[in-house]
Amino acid sequence: MSEDNVIEVEHLTKKFGNFTAVDDISFEVHRGEIFGFLGANGAGKTTAMKMLTGLSFPTSGKGRVAGYDIWTQSELIKKNIGYMSQKFSLYSDLTVKDNIEIFGGIYGMERHAVRRRAVELMDRLGFIAEKNEKVRDLPQGWKQKLAFLVAIIHNPGIVFLDEPTGGVDPAARRQFWELIYDVVDSGITAFVTTHYMDEAEYCNRISMMVDGRMDALDSPSALKRKFGASSVAEVFDILARGAKRSE
Amino acid sequence: MDSIRVKRLKKGYGRGLPPAVDIREGFSVSEGELFGIIGPDGAGKTTLFRLLTTLISPDEGDAVVQGLDIIRDYRKLRTIIGYMPGRFSLYPDLSVRENLDFFASVFGTSIKENYHLIEDIYCRLEPFADRKAGNLSGGMKQKLALCCTLIHSPEVLFLDEPTTGVDPSSRREFWETLARLRRTGMTIVVSTAYMDEANRCDRVAMMRSGRFLKVDTPSDIVAGFDRRLLAVRSDEMFRLLQDLRSMEEVVKCYTFGDTHHVVLKENAACAPDEIGHRLTGKYGHTGVQVREQAATLEDCYMNLDD
Ligand SMILES: Nc1ncnc2c1ncn2[C@@H]1O[C@H](COP(=O)(O)OP(=O)(O)OP(=O)(O)O)[C@@H](O)[C@H]1O
Ligand SMILES: [Mg+2]
Repeated sequence: MSEDNVIEVEHLTKKFGNFTAVDDISFEVHRGEIFGFLGANGAGKTTAMKMLTGLSFPTSGKGRVAGYDIWTQSELIKKNIGYMSQKFSLYSDLTVKDNIEIFGGIYGMERHAVRRRAVELMDRLGFIAEKNEKVRDLPQGWKQKLAFLVAIIHNPGIVFLDEPTGGVDPAARRQFWELIYDVVDSGITAFVTTHYMDEAEYCNRISMMVDGRMDALDSPSALKRKFGASSVAEVFDILARGAKRSE
Repeated sequence: MDSIRVKRLKKGYGRGLPPAVDIREGFSVSEGELFGIIGPDGAGKTTLFRLLTTLISPDEGDAVVQGLDIIRDYRKLRTIIGYMPGRFSLYPDLSVRENLDFFASVFGTSIKENYHLIEDIYCRLEPFADRKAGNLSGGMKQKLALCCTLIHSPEVLFLDEPTTGVDPSSRREFWETLARLRRTGMTIVVSTAYMDEANRCDRVAMMRSGRFLKVDTPSDIVAGFDRRLLAVRSDEMFRLLQDLRSMEEVVKCYTFGDTHHVVLKENAACAPDEIGHRLTGKYGHTGVQVREQAATLEDCYMNLDD
């Protein structure tokens, strides 16, 4: 695996019965980039992400994530990456601080290391005043931020974010992306799915999945040039609905 | 004719918190209107939906939907409305078709009878009709939930952020469906976090802290934007954001897809070129482009509080 890549996969495939959810995808994610993982509903993004995060095994294909093999080292992968799922879960009856400590424990961090990192992150994410509040009393946008915070508590090489801004209003979405930028600035690679096409523009590179395949991968500007499109949204349409525009 | 009429409506959840909904001015939605509600989390959108769909009752005030009182006539009202909450509960162990069948039979109807209402959404799910709902992707679940809400042909449709997790092409189809339902005379109240969707409503209410700050057509809201706006880009977008914010004549700067939008102070007389020169010179940016920008609904949203 090249030093510059955090993910390398080849011919990754996942079948459920005779349905192929992820169909022979091969790609790399560079260290320090924001990688946008786009595609229509049911294209296979979450399924692929589960294989990359050690939560499920592929049907075939191979890959390495954060230096570990997805077949033989899935436990190590889980410990060395961060993951915020599409339906993330926090302990809603516990406080912000408790949640952070529990997740730090899950990642096998020492108590004092968790404390130190918790303070650093709560400060960066603006959580200090809320640290003793119960999670269920926080607005949705704050829960989202907290879920992100606990996903990076152990300072992983890469964080996977599955639709982190789903259902979030325009102002809170932008704040969330500034956090992503900030965290990436500190050296963490971000692997993000989103259905907001303006957010796709904030990624260094984006891939587009169609029916389990990866039909395009490049920087937003290169993709726009290649497809003669004025926005990523247009590129998405062209790919998702086949080459013919459906309007 | 008014489909929904609210004079005053107040609902709090105690615990020393301010009321979640506190509408004092009142509002009405006409029959066949597509009425949008936008606002941050905690604005009170979901509480308002629950009040109008009779799931909770107000502390004070009242409202009438299709001539029926939300408190006195709640039984009758429930049969003629459709409500899709933000987290719609499908039965994960039932298949796609079984879920739909179930919701149809609860309302004493059948898939066949009202298939025309859901056809253009359901056709995308049909290949997976036998799959368990629990195994659908996030966006597919949303589509099935909408079908289940529509299957009894409601007179008024309440949709609480129905397109969360739905991909852009499907969102457009979804809104084409809403436009078509609206033409049949159905009244639709919908909350959304997508401003392109809000743009497609007849009128939009901007909600915050339990109140409607503004209710108007999207074009009138946009026409009311009275600040100067620039669109700016360079090769280093994240640093550009900070640099623009540090400029004296800038009130606000936020990301906007492949540009940043910059709101200028009222009396700032500087031309786009001047800002461009400063970014290239003093701040050392390359690939700088600055142009005047017409406001969009999203800009109005971003500048609502000042
Ligand atoms: N356990 C399973 N059994 C059968 N089919 C499954 C299972 N899990 C996922 N699928 C199917 O695999 C396909 C890909 O699903 P996936 O959740 O990866 O999509 P996605 O790209 O994340 O979509 P979305 O944008 O809607 O979240 C879908 O057709 C889904 O129904
Ligand atoms: Mg998904």
